[in-house]
Amino acid sequence: MRCETLRRSLAGVADGTVQLDGDERRHVAQCLRCQAELAQYRKLLRALRLLRTEVLEPSPGLVSDVLAGLSVAGERHVLRRLVSGRRAVYAGGAAASLSIALAALVVVVLVTRRRSPHR
Amino acid sequence: MAEPATTTELLSVPGPLDALVDRARAGDDAAFEELVRATHGDAFTLAHRITGDEEDARDVVQEAYLRAYRGLRRFRGDAQFTTWLYRITANCAATALGKRARHRHEELDDDGDVVETSSHGDPEAQVDRGADRDELTAALAALPHRLRAVVVLRDVYDLPHEAIAAQLGISESAAKVRLHRARRKLREQLYPLGPDERRRRAV
Repeated sequence: MRCETLRRSLAGVADGTVQLDGDERRHVAQCLRCQAELAQYRKLLRALRLLRTEVLEPSPGLVSDVLAGLSVAGERHVLRRLVSGRRAVYAGGAAASLSIALAALVVVVLVTRRRSPHR
Repeated sequence: MAEPATTTELLSVPGPLDALVDRARAGDDAAFEELVRATHGDAFTLAHRITGDEEDARDVVQEAYLRAYRGLRRFRGDAQFTTWLYRITANCAATALGKRARHRHEELDDDGDVVETSSHGDPEAQVDRGADRDELTAALAALPHRLRAVVVLRDVYDLPHEAIAAQLGISESAAKVRLHRARRKLREQLYPLGPDERRRRAV
């Protein structure tokens, strides 16, 4: 068993996603180099996990910038809704006008037929 | 006006954020504003860890909240709001990194040399004392961005490989390869080899 063969697995061993077989475990138990590398990965992963608890402080103004961006987006959204609302009103008006025109046409046709002399 | 609770405080109590999310989903803009105030520190931290740059991180956070605001009605609530926000932030950060790489033509090689940030003390003593937080932060910042994004999302934020691959637009196997490279580079940088070990490996 060579250290180079195991080196690819040691980080996985440290985070628990890789299980070594018997030969590999025996090698690590006897190899100071692999033991040191495994210990380093464990320390590294612990240190990385600890970063999760740290919150970096942004320079002032981030929240107001975000809220200003949201406000602009919100206003656009409201404008879009208004525009689409007006479109609906226009469409409804057009449909109503068309209906009235059709009804008037029917009335005109009926009246014309009644007035026309029978042959 | 009272100071808003810190993110950590809010995250430890699920109630306040859940209630804010419900109100925001119902169209209450003031509730969404409270969500921004409560979570922006965490979102900024994640964005900064991935991009390694304050200005880029601020842009990423703004874009992430905009997307969250627009997509809030589609948020089903089966994940925590913060987890959902992290994914959006990670996605925005990945997009920003892609744009930056295209514009600056930088970091094209994942295997490029890593900048030395560790002090040149006794290597054995360095191994024993563990990774110093500042050195770790510097080592992370010195990683190529493609590697940094993966190791931050996996080892700091504990996202599964599948989610990382989806957020970064890469395959799951590519995410695993990048994670392996990132961890190796960080380990080599934080725990440099002693002269004897270097000679032994060079043979």
